[in-house]
Amino acid sequence: MFGSNTGPVLRNLGETRLECGPVRPGAGDTAWHQGRDDDIVWLVLDQADTSINKVSRDVIQALAAEVDKLERDPPRALVIRSGKPAGFAAGADIKGFNDMSRDQMSDLLRQGHEVLDRLAALECPTICVVHGAALGAGLEIALACDWRIAVQGASFGFPEVKLGLHPGLGGTFRLPALIDPTEAMTLMLTGKTAHTDKAEKLGLADVITQERHVRAAIEAIVADKIDRDQPGLKARAFNLASARTLAAQRMRSETQKKAPKDHYPAPHALIDLWEKHGDDPAAMQSAEIESFAALLDTETSKNLRRVFFLQQDLKNDGREEDGIRQVHVIGAGAMGAEIAAWAALKGKSVTLGDVELEPLGKTVSLARKICKDQHLSSIETRNALDRLMPDPKGYGIAQADLIVEAAPETADLKEKIYSALSDKMKEGAILASNTSSLRLKDLRGAAPDAGRFAGLHFFNPVSKMKLVEVVRHDGTEDEVVDRLARFCGAIDRLPVRVTDYPGFLVNRALTPYLMEAMVLMDEGVEKEKIDAAAIAFGMPMGPVTLSDQVGLDICLHVAESLTSHLDKSMPAISDRLREKVEAGDTGKKAGRGFYDWSKGTPHPDAAGGPDDLTDRMILPMLNACVECLRQNVVGSVDETDAAMIFATGFAPFRGGPMHYARTRGVDAILQRLDDLQDRHGDRFVPDPGWQDL
Amino acid sequence: MTRPVYLVDGARTPFLKARGTPGPFTPVDLAVECGRPLLTRQPFDRRALDLVILGCVNVLQDEMNPARVAALRLGLGADMVAFTMQINCGSGMQSIDTAYRYVRDGSHDMILAGGTEALSHAPLVLRQSAVEWFGEMAQAKDIMDKAKALTGLRPEFFKPILGLERGLTDPITTLNMGQTAEILAHRFGIDRTAADTYAMQSHHRLAQAQKKNWLDDEVMPAFSKDGTVHEHDDGVRPDSDLDGLAKPKPAFEPPYGKVTAGNSSQITDGASWVIVASEAAVEKYGLTPLARIVDSQWAALDPSVMGLGPVLASTPIVARHDLGLDDIDLWEINEAFAAQVLACLAAWEDDAFCRDVLELDGAFGRIDRDRLNIDGGAISLGHPVGTSGNRIVLHLANALKRRGKVRGIATECIGGGQGGALLLEAA
Repeated sequence: MFGSNTGPVLRNLGETRLECGPVRPGAGDTAWHQGRDDDIVWLVLDQADTSINKVSRDVIQALAAEVDKLERDPPRALVIRSGKPAGFAAGADIKGFNDMSRDQMSDLLRQGHEVLDRLAALECPTICVVHGAALGAGLEIALACDWRIAVQGASFGFPEVKLGLHPGLGGTFRLPALIDPTEAMTLMLTGKTAHTDKAEKLGLADVITQERHVRAAIEAIVADKIDRDQPGLKARAFNLASARTLAAQRMRSETQKKAPKDHYPAPHALIDLWEKHGDDPAAMQSAEIESFAALLDTETSKNLRRVFFLQQDLKNDGREEDGIRQVHVIGAGAMGAEIAAWAALKGKSVTLGDVELEPLGKTVSLARKICKDQHLSSIETRNALDRLMPDPKGYGIAQADLIVEAAPETADLKEKIYSALSDKMKEGAILASNTSSLRLKDLRGAAPDAGRFAGLHFFNPVSKMKLVEVVRHDGTEDEVVDRLARFCGAIDRLPVRVTDYPGFLVNRALTPYLMEAMVLMDEGVEKEKIDAAAIAFGMPMGPVTLSDQVGLDICLHVAESLTSHLDKSMPAISDRLREKVEAGDTGKKAGRGFYDWSKGTPHPDAAGGPDDLTDRMILPMLNACVECLRQNVVGSVDETDAAMIFATGFAPFRGGPMHYARTRGVDAILQRLDDLQDRHGDRFVPDPGWQDL
Repeated sequence: MTRPVYLVDGARTPFLKARGTPGPFTPVDLAVECGRPLLTRQPFDRRALDLVILGCVNVLQDEMNPARVAALRLGLGADMVAFTMQINCGSGMQSIDTAYRYVRDGSHDMILAGGTEALSHAPLVLRQSAVEWFGEMAQAKDIMDKAKALTGLRPEFFKPILGLERGLTDPITTLNMGQTAEILAHRFGIDRTAADTYAMQSHHRLAQAQKKNWLDDEVMPAFSKDGTVHEHDDGVRPDSDLDGLAKPKPAFEPPYGKVTAGNSSQITDGASWVIVASEAAVEKYGLTPLARIVDSQWAALDPSVMGLGPVLASTPIVARHDLGLDDIDLWEINEAFAAQVLACLAAWEDDAFCRDVLELDGAFGRIDRDRLNIDGGAISLGHPVGTSGNRIVLHLANALKRRGKVRGIATECIGGGQGGALLLEAA
């Protein structure tokens, strides 16, 4: 489907009205809105001044007051739902967590548990209607009800683990009591979301229907017309401690692979809880409260929550309407193909130009694969592919609101492409280059309108790497930068605004790390040891593997460009790197780089190496981040941390490179850099910016 | 004075030969493949179109009213009216003619008119006896009834019939389309060599047009989901020669027939669109028309000689505008069969035929081969039935422009005994 088809009739009719019984949501400033009709009580959650419900202290206290009334004057049935079109509830209000002491937190948890226990104990049927997402504490409220009606499109999940926590309002014992405990543990350990059909299969949802039939479904439940399996049948198999121990061992080893206990304690704590108390809900409940409060205090959880808010900030920067309907991408190479496919998948009408037909064809099959990886239905995939038009003749140029140039990294070629655009581009259209190694100031002269020319630096693969650097040169119009940031938001990527500096922010910071790894290899340190040290620090993969994945030719190009443009001492470019590139062993894409990729991704696992191995790689990265901050390449410490986490996977549990530096102590780092400078040379000279950090 | 009507642009997919299994594209996929680039290269917002008309004969169950499905997939908006037309082999021209009449009447300003067909997707059809058996099984109330019904099961129920084969058989005369061509070959004295020679030229002409990039703005590469690029019409045989063409046995009436797979149109998938616009639309959007649509005509005749449809449809246009043989610079006569095209030419040269049937004063004359199907036709390109009528109009417009000529007729025979024709003039 090319573009949007919504017509005037649907626009006029608007969203389907939510069935809220006698309650008119939005009235008043309480969180819960109560109404009684035909002896059924409706409790509609609709917090003031927000588009998404979050379970806060107020929500819990107001619910307690409502439950009081229900206990005194029991109705025929209770219906709980959200009055927000966006969904049920996005989880707990974690912003409130930071201001609370551990005791306050425990108090609040106890209050919450008490009210949910009383809700669960009500004698009348209690029915939770879920539309949109019911996450974390939202799902815990739903689990305390007898019945769950899922409106088609509803989803259920416990994402706490992503914040270094596990469920804390009874989820750890209510979910395994309701559904197959191994499925329950999987949901909580992975933080994954169960969509409507999956939720029905798991037994999370008792009734699946459309919004227009919600009232009829409630009446059917109240009239006892719905059959369902007795919940908790599968839980019995795990009443035996030995069965749980066996299962817990398996869960531990799986979890350890993705989330080592030292770095990510929460999932391991959850497995311990279940193994110990899986057959005793009361014991599990008090252990859950204690464990949750303890996790909340860990550095990991604090840092992951910080990262969550950093991500929200970047998202907020791109939230407004971008005014970009049609995008033309130039160049169907690895990056251009990914950018085009991703933008089409996210709803943009995209034309993709290339002088060769073959890469255009390959892009279509790549796009189909990305759709599959993103779990799109066959119709959604068809629509996404319809929006992605291979455009060998460049018809899309004249209609595009945004042109993204992703041609090979040679200035001559890019300039030639730009000059061919000058009489074709639509008035007001933006031209953005995906260059990673060239300077915008050198290219802008060839752009049809330098003020409407900027950088839009994506990371490979676009479908997995969330960050995009929105790069301005000193003549780029503000409005252009704003719209590019919003474009990133519209295609579900995270924009960070940077200036035209060699390597911008991310490559400037990452390159010394990769180059130092090659220097270490030249010194005779095994690449497996180098990579293992980085992984032990918390990086998703080691620098040697990463170089192979990025492409050694691109690494060399960026390294050369940085070395020549920066008046800073850099690690010498390794001869081995040049030899590999010359031999065509350019890494993953060639099947061979420093590693042999023919049998898939390498998993280096070798301890040892010099004692300053990790610092030699990590500290230059921090040093370069400080340089970028000093040079105003990036606006803030927070943006720097977010960019490095979402572009390179920099250990999220450490909260980002600058946060890590502050945690370790600026003085300690300066001392270590001095020390490394003495041992290894001037590339470790501390940046003058450290004193302002 | 009637309002002028313009054909402003058009594009089609490559025509892809059916190779035994369903091809990579459904009818709507094909319409989207060529519709996207066509609409993207226009200076106007695609939602400025008033209407979508699409010819399609073999509609898939998943794509009822393919015109509407294509309109939505092309992003023309929920409020875009779209309907599908079917007059068998004339469907793709019927859509243009309908658009032409709507615009001429002043009710519409800009219409997307196309044709699409995926003959490789033609369904396997159950025998009537099998359908009845399935019905009985479904209605059987208890085990006994079911057991009774089960005894009626026959092995031939599982031998489905090619829907395509049935579609190419005339239901009135029970003649296959190829047999109607045999009748014409016999009545107008077309021998095997003449038919083969015509077929060979068709291949050579298309090969030349491809080589010289004459089809560049007309044929848009199609990209299938597995990444395969279909750049050109793939049924062409540039090295086709008479020896090769002499080899295949008569396909429809062996052993003595003249019509072979080699001198018949190919079974193919493909789609084609044109944009039909009023003068007001041309001015409003600053469009450069390819041609002006001047007149149209449909005719019907005995189904067993359906191949003469072009003669019956074109001649009234020529007569209405007082045009002689030399006034028509270019002809596109859809090449259902070489013998059928040659029979049309022979009929126009036949004094008695022209007097008695066409009510002319005498023979219309001999159409110069240099003015007829100058870049090949359905024998080399293929004949996706719902599409061909659209393609010949589009190609005629492009060919007139390329040669700087003034006037041309695109015409086709239609299974079931009809013919359609459209007169274009340089814009």
